[in-house]
Amino acid sequence: MMGSMGRPQGTSVEGLQEEVFGHAVDPKVIQRMLPYILPEKRLMAIAIAAMLVFAATQVAVPWLVKLGIDQYIADNDKGGLLIIVGLFFGNAVINWIALYVQDITITKAGQGVLLALRRDMFSHMQKQSLRFFDKTEVGRIMSRVQGDVWQLQEFMSTIVMTLGDFLSLGGIIIVMLLLNVQLGLISLAVVPLLIITMVVWQPFAKKSFVRARTTISVVNASLNENISGVRVVQAMNRQDENLRQFDAKNHDNLDSFLSAGKLSAAVLPMVDFLPAASIGLVLYFGASMVTNSAIEIGLLIAFIMYIQRFFDPIRNLTMQYTQLQRAMASGTRIFETLDVEPDMVDAPGAIELPPIKGAVELRDVSFAYKPGEDVTKNLNLRIEPGQAVAIVGPTGAGKTTLVSLIARFYDVERGRGAVLVDGHDVRDVTRTSLASQMSMVLQEPFLFSGSVRENIKYNHGDVSDTHMIEAAEAVGAHGFIEKLENGYDTYLEERGVNLSVGQRQLISFARAIVADPKILILDEATANIDSHTEAQIQAALQTLLKGRTAIVIAHRLSTIRGADKIVVLNLGELIEEGTHDELLDRDGLYAHLCHMNYAALEEVMTG
Amino acid sequence: MQVFLRILRFNLNHKRRLAAAYLFIVGGTAAYVLLPSLFGEAIDQIALMIETGEVSNSAILGTSLLILVLGAVRGVFSFGQTYMGESLGQHVVYDLRNSFYDHVQHLGFGFHDREHTGNLMSKAITDVEAIRMFVNLVVVRTPYFIGLLVVVSILMIRLNWQLGLISLALMPFAMTVASVVRLRMRDAWLEVQKKFAVLNTVLQENLTGARVVKAFASTDYEEEKFRVHNQAVADDMYRAMKLSALNSSFVLFVFLMTLGIVLLFGGIRVIDGQLTPGELAQFIFYLQILAQPFRMVGFIVNNLARAMSAGTRLFEVLDAESPVAERADAIEMPRATGHVRFEHVHFEYRHESRVLRDLDLDVPAGRIIALLGPPGSGKSTIANLIPRFYDVTDGALTIDGTDVRDMTLASLRRNIGIVQQDVFLFTDTIAGNIAYGKPDASRESIIEAAKVARLHEHIESLPEGYETVLGERGVTLSGGQRQRLSIARAVLLDPPILVLDDSTSSVDARTESEIREAMERVMEGRTTFIIAHRLSTVHKADTIIVLTDGRIVEQGNHQELLKRGGMYREIYDLQLRPQEDVMMEFDVPPPAVAGRAAS
Repeated sequence: MMGSMGRPQGTSVEGLQEEVFGHAVDPKVIQRMLPYILPEKRLMAIAIAAMLVFAATQVAVPWLVKLGIDQYIADNDKGGLLIIVGLFFGNAVINWIALYVQDITITKAGQGVLLALRRDMFSHMQKQSLRFFDKTEVGRIMSRVQGDVWQLQEFMSTIVMTLGDFLSLGGIIIVMLLLNVQLGLISLAVVPLLIITMVVWQPFAKKSFVRARTTISVVNASLNENISGVRVVQAMNRQDENLRQFDAKNHDNLDSFLSAGKLSAAVLPMVDFLPAASIGLVLYFGASMVTNSAIEIGLLIAFIMYIQRFFDPIRNLTMQYTQLQRAMASGTRIFETLDVEPDMVDAPGAIELPPIKGAVELRDVSFAYKPGEDVTKNLNLRIEPGQAVAIVGPTGAGKTTLVSLIARFYDVERGRGAVLVDGHDVRDVTRTSLASQMSMVLQEPFLFSGSVRENIKYNHGDVSDTHMIEAAEAVGAHGFIEKLENGYDTYLEERGVNLSVGQRQLISFARAIVADPKILILDEATANIDSHTEAQIQAALQTLLKGRTAIVIAHRLSTIRGADKIVVLNLGELIEEGTHDELLDRDGLYAHLCHMNYAALEEVMTG
Repeated sequence: MQVFLRILRFNLNHKRRLAAAYLFIVGGTAAYVLLPSLFGEAIDQIALMIETGEVSNSAILGTSLLILVLGAVRGVFSFGQTYMGESLGQHVVYDLRNSFYDHVQHLGFGFHDREHTGNLMSKAITDVEAIRMFVNLVVVRTPYFIGLLVVVSILMIRLNWQLGLISLALMPFAMTVASVVRLRMRDAWLEVQKKFAVLNTVLQENLTGARVVKAFASTDYEEEKFRVHNQAVADDMYRAMKLSALNSSFVLFVFLMTLGIVLLFGGIRVIDGQLTPGELAQFIFYLQILAQPFRMVGFIVNNLARAMSAGTRLFEVLDAESPVAERADAIEMPRATGHVRFEHVHFEYRHESRVLRDLDLDVPAGRIIALLGPPGSGKSTIANLIPRFYDVTDGALTIDGTDVRDMTLASLRRNIGIVQQDVFLFTDTIAGNIAYGKPDASRESIIEAAKVARLHEHIESLPEGYETVLGERGVTLSGGQRQRLSIARAVLLDPPILVLDDSTSSVDARTESEIREAMERVMEGRTTFIIAHRLSTVHKADTIIVLTDGRIVEQGNHQELLKRGGMYREIYDLQLRPQEDVMMEFDVPPPAVAGRAAS
């Protein structure tokens, strides 16, 4: 019950809870899996057929041995024996083919299912709005797409093994009973004992394995942290203390694995003893059947072989049970993810935004991330095509929200104002047609692993190299790119760790230019750049912004001063707007700030 | 081979466990191989009964009971063997993890610059696991399998040497094939893993870069990128699994063929009276025993290959010598006064171009030095050389007249406090994080340090105060708060020398002034090196050093340098001045702003 109720939030024992409360078979998950499995039905049919053949050939082996011994060896019939052995070889060949076919068809079908699942999860993520990403950790989604889909992969092979085990188990029982009902029942007599052992043992073993999994993740987390923070560790001489703490965790982990190991081995005496007991019983009671000539040597040999084969599937089943549980839990989580409704979809009848000039208007916009907590209040703003507008204000003034609304990362609720681009309400146009005419440079430059070229031409693969280089030159990135090992083909690993922050930002500037937007938004794009590089970009910006509407969030006076219009925000409200000179004349907050700033500088210079 | 022996040597630290495991193996093997002969004996007894038509319960009862007992004995040995194998493996990796942890945390920055955290972690997780498997499979199970193979072979040959040889004939062939295929599978799996890593990168970047993806409306582009890599993973996986299917089905096939051959030749011998039915049965049961080692050969060979490469990788780390090794006769540095001197210091990272050239700098105790210059000019390098995170390539760096290379690292670093811009927080309480360099610090002194760092108020405002847990699973602090926490760390250590990285970070006015205040207080009475960007910090310095390409181009105080009209003046006019925040001092911050900033 609890397994299907969603996950307990934010506890470190999250994994543990899933383990304990999972179902081995969850009809809801199976039902949701069907659309993925159905396209593979031809392969599945072949796999199941092959599985049946394989199980039959497996069960046939002891039976053929019995036949050879009782029918031909006992009768001194070498010719007949040859025929049986011929059959035996034939059976072996079929067995080989069936197993191979079963394995590869099930693999192929399984890969098809996983491929589709991963694809759907990925494209589902693309439909989510930023609201979703604001509240969902990337790590969590990653673990669904990686871990949970991987679990299902394991599940695929497990389910095949389970089915195969059931088939051969059923086959063996039938054949044993057919061969000799009494002996069959006698050999099965110990099975309840095995099942009881397993049932009693299973929860203990599971618990200890869950504990072991927790302790090992503690060990790994501790190691990870120490490596990530190694510079601080060394700077602060913490090595001895850290080793002491780590050793405690490591030792705890050792203990938990030892007790898990002990528990998992504890079942072995029973598992080894019971088949022997079963064989002992069969031999003893078989002997007493000799007089009524119900028994032959081959039959006993076949029974011993069957008993030896019989216990393996049962042993496997208990292991597979856990695997199934885990897969069901994973399935539940995957479908939970796929069920998250995107909260921002194109309105029905949304039109393609035609090529724009770049006028932006905010009409009476009030917006809240959380209901009741308005971040912008009745905001009104007009930006003409080609204008450069600077947005200033303290933290929490609503600057980033304002540009996020223009870029339509979030939707303004209907009735609480509107954002218009060239007179079109952004909620009535498709997001793609809007976004393709805008570009944004964020405070944290974000590059993708790939070549410099791929990064600059991001989403615009058809742009010519000449154009790309022009863009790079315009932002002053060409120089350092040329000096890289392979120039534009240099591979940027881990999102460009081999570049400085400033260099990464220059590339993202070039990327924004290549997109050739009508509206360019710079969200504190130069804040993380050293002053040297910033001066470079400042110079470049003049040319870059020509013919584009620019909306710039900035802290630095040098960036702000040159704007056509300065918009001063405070607490979500627009309190002043105008050019630098106008605002100075107005002698309002902006002017006050500027004066104060210069005064501070004067003091520094003279004192 | 050396790697192999070295991994084996790890096991020798646990000789008792190893010996116990082998003892159990001997017992288990004996019990296991005796069973088929008992089965055979029972069958011959029954065959005799069938022939004579007389039931002799006592003989068969004895054999049956013996089978039961032997089964139980084997069970106990199996337990011992499995548990001891696991125990040995766990003890070995326990040792290994501790050595890995300790060695890595002592390796200098030069090492960590090269090795990504993810890389080291995968060594610590995957490679250590491979070693554990190696102990279990190769050290413990392989002797068991070899034992089974040898004993069973001998028993079969003794029973009937022709039939024995026939039974064993196909084995070497199948084992070779299995090993070869397994090794190819290993390559295929490595390829799958590589492709998987790429797919994960695509996904992760798509998610973390959601803002960029949205801004560029590049959903289609991203989906196509994902599709290509997704397909590649599926294709490669299929290829690897096909090999695995081929392998397992082939091994089973060879096994069945052998069984058929034994049935044929054994049957003929039974018919000719050279073999009893029970002996034929024994052969069949011996083959069943051999099935397991037979199936495992591939696994073992695979694991051997894996463990060898895992071992190579692990030993690479464990053998890595720290680029800043301590001298054997290093001295304990007492508390320094703080006189720092660079004498003709040259420095280069890994044979790349020189970062510092002939740097000569004498800083008397208690002075504040601001380091200024474009990126790559060597500012951070100077800061990193003082605590000896790197060694100078040429020249010398002395503190109170002693070369830093002559001191123990611990005693040197005790004298230096470092305030980084990118502060690393550990999963620990706030108090624990502040006292990171001084775990035994009293609560009073921690609070005192937090007050100096202007962080106390914020901490108090948290529901759990100083006991608030930080880090990945805990509360996060803003950039400015982290920086102040780093200052508190340094305050608590009370070092005579301080290195401050005051690189630009985008913080709002209020935070900015708080940080500045905190910095000014912590600098009092210490020799301080500041990597400066803010005018306010620069102009307070006793000496400003302007660096370009690893050379000092200007040096002096603010007034002197301004008057000189050189590079400092240029930087000042061009960069420093406009850089001052417009929003730096909100005269009348509305109350709600203050509330928000604190929340």
